[in-house]
Amino acid sequence: MADFPDVRLHVVTGKGGTGKTTVAAALALALASDGRRVLLAEVEGRQGIAQLFDTPPLPYEERSVAVAPGHGDVVALAIDPEQALLDYLHMFYKLSPNGIPARTLRRMGAIDFATTIAPGMRDVLLTGKVKEAVVRQTGSGPVYDAVVLDAPPTGRIGRFLNISHEVSGLARVGPIKTQSEGVMAVLRSPQTAVHLVTLLEEMPVQETLDAVAELEGLGMPVGGVVVNAVRTPRLSPLQLEEAGAGRLDTAALADGLAEAGVTAEGDLLVALEQEAYDHAQRVALEERGRDALAGLARPSYELPLLPDAVDLGGLYALAASLREQGMA
Amino acid sequence: MSAPTSPRLDVDHTLETARIVVCCGAGGVGKTTTAAALALRAAERGRRVVVLTIDPARRLAQSMGLSELDNTPRPVVGVQGTGRLDAMMLDMKSTFDELVVEHAEPGKADAILTNPFYQALSSSFAGTQEYMAMEKLSQLQATGDYDLVVVDTPPTRSALDFLDAPQHLTTFLDGRLVRVLLAPAKAGGKAYLKVVTAGLSVFTSVLTRIIGADVLKDLSQFVAALETMFGGFRERAQATYDLLKAPGTAFVVVAAPERDALREAAYFVERLATEQMPLAGLVVNRVHRSGAASLSVERSLAAAQQLPEGSLASSVLLLHADRLALAGREARLQERFSRAHPDVPVVQVEAKPGDVHDLDGLRSVGDDLAGALPLAPEGLAAEAG
Repeated sequence: MADFPDVRLHVVTGKGGTGKTTVAAALALALASDGRRVLLAEVEGRQGIAQLFDTPPLPYEERSVAVAPGHGDVVALAIDPEQALLDYLHMFYKLSPNGIPARTLRRMGAIDFATTIAPGMRDVLLTGKVKEAVVRQTGSGPVYDAVVLDAPPTGRIGRFLNISHEVSGLARVGPIKTQSEGVMAVLRSPQTAVHLVTLLEEMPVQETLDAVAELEGLGMPVGGVVVNAVRTPRLSPLQLEEAGAGRLDTAALADGLAEAGVTAEGDLLVALEQEAYDHAQRVALEERGRDALAGLARPSYELPLLPDAVDLGGLYALAASLREQGMA
Repeated sequence: MSAPTSPRLDVDHTLETARIVVCCGAGGVGKTTTAAALALRAAERGRRVVVLTIDPARRLAQSMGLSELDNTPRPVVGVQGTGRLDAMMLDMKSTFDELVVEHAEPGKADAILTNPFYQALSSSFAGTQEYMAMEKLSQLQATGDYDLVVVDTPPTRSALDFLDAPQHLTTFLDGRLVRVLLAPAKAGGKAYLKVVTAGLSVFTSVLTRIIGADVLKDLSQFVAALETMFGGFRERAQATYDLLKAPGTAFVVVAAPERDALREAAYFVERLATEQMPLAGLVVNRVHRSGAASLSVERSLAAAQQLPEGSLASSVLLLHADRLALAGREARLQERFSRAHPDVPVVQVEAKPGDVHDLDGLRSVGDDLAGALPLAPEGLAAEAG
């Protein structure tokens, strides 16, 4: 049984450099298993999804990027604010993107204005498109079983999701307010979960703790914590303790090396000891990070560090791991 | 093909001669720490330095042992030598407010500061942060209190958006949209639609329908109030742009030895070249090295297999193989960057087991920045191949 059976919108955030795009993609693949259809969306114009799936840059169009085990389907979309606005005008005001009013708006610079200069509007458009994908229906039910959003990093996630606050000062009544309230209702509902991706390093862990507090304060449904790029310690707990305290049994080490035909003397032995010491320090630091994250009492998942840059094969392995751990 | 040899980034020369150092790069590469380490090193070499960070996570505060950073430069305690180091965190909104008060016509400032559009623009608009950082930078530079200003930029591509600020303002000001928005305010704030000329009525009725008459009114008043100060804004933006281009400014691009971070670094390097902005070079942070590189990955793995699993020697050999393989991957990634950008000077900073959060840690990073680490260890990239 998966941990988030009722969630249809999975928002994935994390500090820069923690691999949130990779985790979002792996989660989408995991959710798409057993014949389900999942939309993976990005909003920052980085084309991170295309790079990960090794496809040409994504247009503003939903297209299949991967199949999941059991005939599942991952569809990707790079949401662009300008296109989202034209889309919105088309959907709600029946203005064709090529019709005279839309063209006039564009010529006047209004599209540019609304998407780059008008504060808050941009995020309403981006999250509005995500919400539209979540609630979109065909005759027989929702078009997507789940939507995974590769969201802005933790430093901006609160503002990004709390759009009704961002536009409330601007639009007290009228269509923008109505739209932002509709989006907000979905974001705050049990249909949504905001997951945090972190590494076992001090600053990413701290930002994760801060982001959880901020999101909870805003009434956003916090989901799980995904610890990325986890390395299994090479040394046993006892060896780690000795290495960390600088009490490594160097005689035993030298003997063992000699037994395997490696002549390790002087500098080489010192260098190997140093590596064991660094490793012990690092493992201790990771343990402290794990303890701090455990204090959040959220479902937590660990993904291994992949030896090479993540490719499609690696993504499937990460997706399988998330499924085994019950995230999807 | 022989491995490319990048010129070494001479950090100490930059720190001695530059008046402004701008650090840019992707998120999570240690940019803030690099900025702080550069600033501390310059200060301890006798200069009067201020470091400005924009990061909302207060990472600079952590790495400098400061508990509070506000919009005022605060002295960093524990700096050695005759120089001085101040640190500050950008308060975007109050910087913007000061700018408005300075440039608005008498009596107009309040109307702007209380307008909902201004309040949203000054506190949440993504581009405002970069723009205000550059504004603060030129203010700090103009005080004459500092020999060197070090700036840490936001962790996004938009970190370079400030380069477009003069252009953005000009396009916006000269745009027809502004003229439409100004129409009702100029007519004395009477009923909006009536005052607009017939040619624009299609446009405004669409606009009203979409964003609502109420919003349009606020927006119109905001633009009208701002119009008076745009000239001053534009001039300032242009002056900052010129300052960044002038000799005395040095851009330092920061990356981690990872594919995505180096790709972002390449983007920054190319963008700066396009703008003819002075690039000092690339800092590759958190590089792994091994003092036992003579013991190859293959040999370590083979030797480990001959020993009982979990024995000390076997574990240490596997650990060493991991580390050397990682170092090899990093070296190859950096080599790829250097092939594409052979003229960009590079310096490497070694990965530390823990995060840096005190001045000693920053000094140690500073030593690496000044070239303590040999740039291209012999055959490392090939070794682990």
